Amino acid sequence: MKAILEAKESVVIKFAGDSGDGMQLTGSQFTNEIVLGGSDIATFPDFPAEIRAPQGTLAGVSGFQLHFGSRKIYTPGDEYDVLVAMNAAAYKANIKRLKKGGTLIVNTAGFDAKNLRLAGYDSSPLQNGEGENFRLIEIDVTRLTRESLEGLPLGTKEKDRSKNMFVLGFLFWMYNKKMDSTLNFLKEKFSKLPDILEANIRAIKAGYHYGDTTETFTTRYDVDAADLEPGTYRNVMGNQATVLGLITASKKSGLPLFYGSYPITPASDILHMLARHKNFGVKTFQAEDEIAAICSAIGASFGGSLGVTGTSGPGMSLKAEAMGLAVMLEIPLVIIDVQRGGPSTGLPTKTEQADLLQALYGRNSECPIPVVAAHSPSDCFESVIEACRIAIQHMTPVIFLSDGYIANGSEPWRFPKSNDIPEIKVAFAKPNGNETFMPYQRDEKLSRPWALPGTKGLEHRVGGLEKENITGNISYEPDNHEFMVKLREAKVEKIADYIPEQKIEAGPDRGRLLILGWGSTFGVIKSVVKELNEIEGHAVAHAHLRYMRPFPKNLGELLKRYDIILIPEINNGQLIKVIRDKFLVPAKGYNRIRGVPITKTELKEKALEVLMKSV
Amino acid sequence: MMSMATTIQSLTAKDFKTDQDVRWCPGCGDYSILAQVHRTLPGLGIARENIVVVSGIGCSSRFPYYTNTFGMHSIHGRATAIASGLKAARPDLSVWIVTGDGDGLSIGGNHMIHLLRRNFDVNILLFNNQIYGLTKGQYSPTSEFNKVTKSTPFGSIDYPFNPVALAIGCDATFVARTLDVEAKHQQDILKRAHAHKGTSFVEIYQNCNIFNDGAFLAYSEKASQPEETLFLEHGKPLVFGANKDKGIKLNGFHPEVMNLSQNGISANDLWIHDENDLVKAQILARFFDNPSKPNHLPRPFGVFYVNQRPTYEELLSEQIESVTEKLGEGDLDKLLRGKEVWEIK
Repeated sequence: MKAILEAKESVVIKFAGDSGDGMQLTGSQFTNEIVLGGSDIATFPDFPAEIRAPQGTLAGVSGFQLHFGSRKIYTPGDEYDVLVAMNAAAYKANIKRLKKGGTLIVNTAGFDAKNLRLAGYDSSPLQNGEGENFRLIEIDVTRLTRESLEGLPLGTKEKDRSKNMFVLGFLFWMYNKKMDSTLNFLKEKFSKLPDILEANIRAIKAGYHYGDTTETFTTRYDVDAADLEPGTYRNVMGNQATVLGLITASKKSGLPLFYGSYPITPASDILHMLARHKNFGVKTFQAEDEIAAICSAIGASFGGSLGVTGTSGPGMSLKAEAMGLAVMLEIPLVIIDVQRGGPSTGLPTKTEQADLLQALYGRNSECPIPVVAAHSPSDCFESVIEACRIAIQHMTPVIFLSDGYIANGSEPWRFPKSNDIPEIKVAFAKPNGNETFMPYQRDEKLSRPWALPGTKGLEHRVGGLEKENITGNISYEPDNHEFMVKLREAKVEKIADYIPEQKIEAGPDRGRLLILGWGSTFGVIKSVVKELNEIEGHAVAHAHLRYMRPFPKNLGELLKRYDIILIPEINNGQLIKVIRDKFLVPAKGYNRIRGVPITKTELKEKALEVLMKSV
Repeated sequence: MMSMATTIQSLTAKDFKTDQDVRWCPGCGDYSILAQVHRTLPGLGIARENIVVVSGIGCSSRFPYYTNTFGMHSIHGRATAIASGLKAARPDLSVWIVTGDGDGLSIGGNHMIHLLRRNFDVNILLFNNQIYGLTKGQYSPTSEFNKVTKSTPFGSIDYPFNPVALAIGCDATFVARTLDVEAKHQQDILKRAHAHKGTSFVEIYQNCNIFNDGAFLAYSEKASQPEETLFLEHGKPLVFGANKDKGIKLNGFHPEVMNLSQNGISANDLWIHDENDLVKAQILARFFDNPSKPNHLPRPFGVFYVNQRPTYEELLSEQIESVTEKLGEGDLDKLLRGKEVWEIK
């Protein structure tokens, strides 16, 4: 029987298996082939903090969710069209979110007595009638993979590692996709292990042919290329875009990049990726702890490098004192916080937006630091360049906020040409004849000169003690201290003159409801507003903040043009506190703190409720 | 270039003084150390602008304000970490870290041990006064056991660090000890520390005349110094005593005090100091008894150990060069493009 090709506008797939089953690799390779086919995509890797949690258990389930389509995709999707469950635990953890009538692909070998017991089932849910709600495709992936690898000099354990490739091949068939990119990837990855390479290639082809030759399946899906703006695209993950942005800022400013960091999930990939780009003159330093990481970056900045440190919440707490030093020294420094669930160790591999107040206020005394937040994987590029620009040109530490969802998620990116990216002008202090150098003299931006060691005539001392205005000498004068506190605050507020005004992302420029967001809620707000306006005839506006401190100058005036302001956040209400405090507007919050992105369904429901209540 | 060289050569101690009032307590050992540093720096052949003094927090850490070079008075315990980043970014600079027993061995202990193992080419001056001075007299990690201080009214039950043994344990490549009142010895050690390529760890016994007066009296007083100290010289026998009549002999791994006036014992029978011998340096570092203990060994001063090993910043620069040679200078457009792209028309 020939399969029927059915066109689909968008599809949500969830790959779920044991954390050792290679689901992340499967998901990212599927993503690559999808984007190369021109579809738009949003991805959401979701994995446990344990590297290899006990096999077969719910704690060990690792997942990769992706949403791709022939239209613009903003979120990884609320419910799945397709669920691939490699074992009973993966099934149990995900089945609730599979659409009624959706496709359920299971590895039957993962539903044996042992796996059922580990997942807490008395008997197979597939035989209890649960499977009837879905289009169930049962494949004994384990056996078929082993059979396809017969004759290869590999043990059973090694052969079983190729199971994910069998599934991937099958999915490629199901969605009518090429697999050239994946084959190239495998050839590169296993160039020194010919048997493993052969096993992976055989398994992926076996999966593809299995779909092609078995008569079980009658429908294949075809998702067209998306209607994206013309141009050349690549796929990019958030941490990757952050790395590209940092290297770009280094090139565009002519400052060598120094990255001091201590490994922490989900920020470590920034260190890994930067370490690979030494031929851009990048110096990476894996410090002994979070404090040394930021301090080494301060030292490098003092010496004239673009000093950057990266971490996640717990590391931010440890770096707080050194951030205060950077505020006193008034030297450029970028602090990257890839937020995760907290407090304390919290949810290391899950996403959250709960470090905003920490970024704004989490230091001793009056310690203003500008804050820039990225809103999507590709936006990390531009946002982190902005963070670098502000740090360099305004002589200040800057906090760059990303989060676990953005960091590990990916999307197509129409990358820029280096020539189209503006230069970041840097002005180092120069000696002025025999005049004594004044390290705390200020320019029109209220920023002080950056005087590099090695420059004759600029010898000077800086430190964490309160500075006398202009001379920078130690001063305990009461009036001087108050003056300097206000001056440091004014300097940060002054940055508002050098950033763009806040724009409305979608919807009317005045009216009933404005949804105000920041960070990774961008996609879900965007798609909810689109649906409310285009399908249901509402007129809801969306504004999304990149500059969290200082706010764009027009923000207060913009907010007052709407009757209701709704602020969705993956925290217990943080931006809302700042907005209410600063603009005295009665904003409403929508707060989900589940370690996962807010879904479209729940946000839309909330928006409608707010709209109805205020009639 | 000529004029620059002349300028450097004509520098004097005065050129390294700043216009800031020195605010240490009158009689503090820090004054002598500041003077010796100011006397030593001009002779090193480095321009003032190429010197950076980084300090943490504590009495000693006020040092940068009094030295007319580039300087940073940072936060408690972190001078070592800041200096590491600075040296990694700017290998051309001469970087000096000024720290104390609290700053460098307590709150900053972690950075200290990691700096020592990485071997950045920087100089650490650890002012050891065995007390917290700036916070007004609590015991420090080098205070002797059972010390009575404000925070230990019934005596401290903390076992103290032996800083030299700690540094050697971290595979430091230059380890020395000197004393605030020994001006000439200090200057010699500072010169050696500067000349050493790699991290130089210099412990300086420094008297805090307010909160721990006389902590090192046995080693500084005319009457007791000859019997209580052992000044190390590379290639010379370990001899001490007012009449240079005592020496150390190594019996297996066990040091013994010999009386040279006794029959048959001469300087030729003694332990000959070898700065490059790690095993002997470890034994020397353990000459650490309290002078009140009967039959104790004299306290050594001088260079305990020197070893050559590539510095961190050298290895970092070499790696960047070799990777750049292999991959070619980074091309930003190629980087932004990545491996796989597609066109939308």
